[in-house]
Amino acid sequence: MIQIPCPHCGERNVSEFQYVGEALTRPNPDGVGPEQWRSYLYLRSNPAGPTVESWFHRAGCRRYLKVERDTVTNEVTSVTLPGRGAPQP
Amino acid sequence: MGRYSAFDLARHGVARNGWPRAWHNHDLRRAYDVVVVGGGVHGLATAYYLAARHGISNVAVLEKGYIGSGGSGRNTAIIRSNYLTPEGVRFYDRSLKLYESLSTELNFNVMFSQRGHLTLAHNDSSLRTMRWRAEVNKLEGIDSEVISAPQVKELVPYLDTSSEARYPVLGALYHPPGGIIRHDAVVWGYARAADSRGVHIHQNTEVLGIDVAGGAVRGVATSGGKVATPVVVNATAGWATLISDMAGVTMPITTSPLQAAVTEPVRPFLGPVIVSGSLHVYLSQTDRGELVFGSAVDPFPSYSMRGSLDFIESLAGHVLELMPSLAKMRVLRQWAGLCDMTPDYSPIMGQTPVEGFLVDVGWGTYGFKAGPVAGEAMAQLIAEGKTPELIAGFSLDRFMRGELLGEKGAAAVGH
Repeated sequence: MIQIPCPHCGERNVSEFQYVGEALTRPNPDGVGPEQWRSYLYLRSNPAGPTVESWFHRAGCRRYLKVERDTVTNEVTSVTLPGRGAPQP
Repeated sequence: MGRYSAFDLARHGVARNGWPRAWHNHDLRRAYDVVVVGGGVHGLATAYYLAARHGISNVAVLEKGYIGSGGSGRNTAIIRSNYLTPEGVRFYDRSLKLYESLSTELNFNVMFSQRGHLTLAHNDSSLRTMRWRAEVNKLEGIDSEVISAPQVKELVPYLDTSSEARYPVLGALYHPPGGIIRHDAVVWGYARAADSRGVHIHQNTEVLGIDVAGGAVRGVATSGGKVATPVVVNATAGWATLISDMAGVTMPITTSPLQAAVTEPVRPFLGPVIVSGSLHVYLSQTDRGELVFGSAVDPFPSYSMRGSLDFIESLAGHVLELMPSLAKMRVLRQWAGLCDMTPDYSPIMGQTPVEGFLVDVGWGTYGFKAGPVAGEAMAQLIAEGKTPELIAGFSLDRFMRGELLGEKGAAAVGH
């Protein structure tokens, strides 16, 4: 099982966490057309290798975390706290 | 290529001179009419139907490992067509019909065993969805009905249908034509039949890049050299995003492993395929007597195909919930395959913004059962140049139009 070092709770099993998604910047809904909005909703880079994602520590501190992970090896290289609001890449 | 027959079997048995190769190795040509990326059931079926139905045999199937080494060799080999939407039902039923006649068509025994398929209902809401599914199924002419718990018990005596169970069985959606198949045989059968019609199957040939110029496909760079072609079909599972990226097409896909496990073989005791959506598990007994278990995809995307202990732990718990008598069964092995998940649990098939770059991807956890119909439809698309009605709803641009399909209710877990 992979482990994620939570900045609040320390090293914890991945089953305590909920995967939220790739770290994306939400476009301003008032300023974009349907194509850009749907790109934000559906299109993903889905890389095989290092990626930046949002995770939620569901069974721990219940905070959203910014996690850098390699999707091939599942190695977690960095876990930090995002700023207020939506997680930023 | 000789035909397999009882006479052939006797002749080889007496002569003991070995069997001829079922498909051959070729040198990579400099140009092909069509290049199919991915040597699984989808890619090989596409190549086969191109050659058999449309007379297009200057086709290469490129496979980076050996054929059937991806999702086609890692799935739990369940075939059914009792979906929820009329479009989904029609599509998967076409596939089931093709599977029914596949042994004859390919002259290769694919061991399709139509032993019935039971989706258990553990609560009122899933029973309601199953009634809905059964009615849609019947309207489309599919053999499918809701049966009661005592009827389930009659079909599967070892199932715990008592009211003491943590998730009691209230009934089930029964789909008699559903069943299991020998998945490797499907791959080998298509490979042999395609090869005998002139298709080149290149194993250990990895695609490294796709040449696009002026908005159209020109060729493919492979580990075996460059190939010129006007048509590239992405028929990969697990690598759909990476291959599409080579053509500059962004996909609404995330890739997650799905794990499965198999036990030691025991005497036949389990007839139908059992699926429990509430318990996230499905199981069947193979012709060899092994029990095959599958579950939902892992809860986060990854390209890793390593099994995990927490998966087998929770799977075992759920299986024992259904059949406590299996407590002493030993698991032989567990494995994972990669699933390309789309936002609406439906595949992505057809043309892309790049001319000549076609996709047959996003097959999530339900791709194997659709192999024949997907191959048939993709071959028709290539030969006739326009998208067949049957797959029109699965186009890539549905996401940009906001016209997603709603198949999650019958596709997620319920294999």
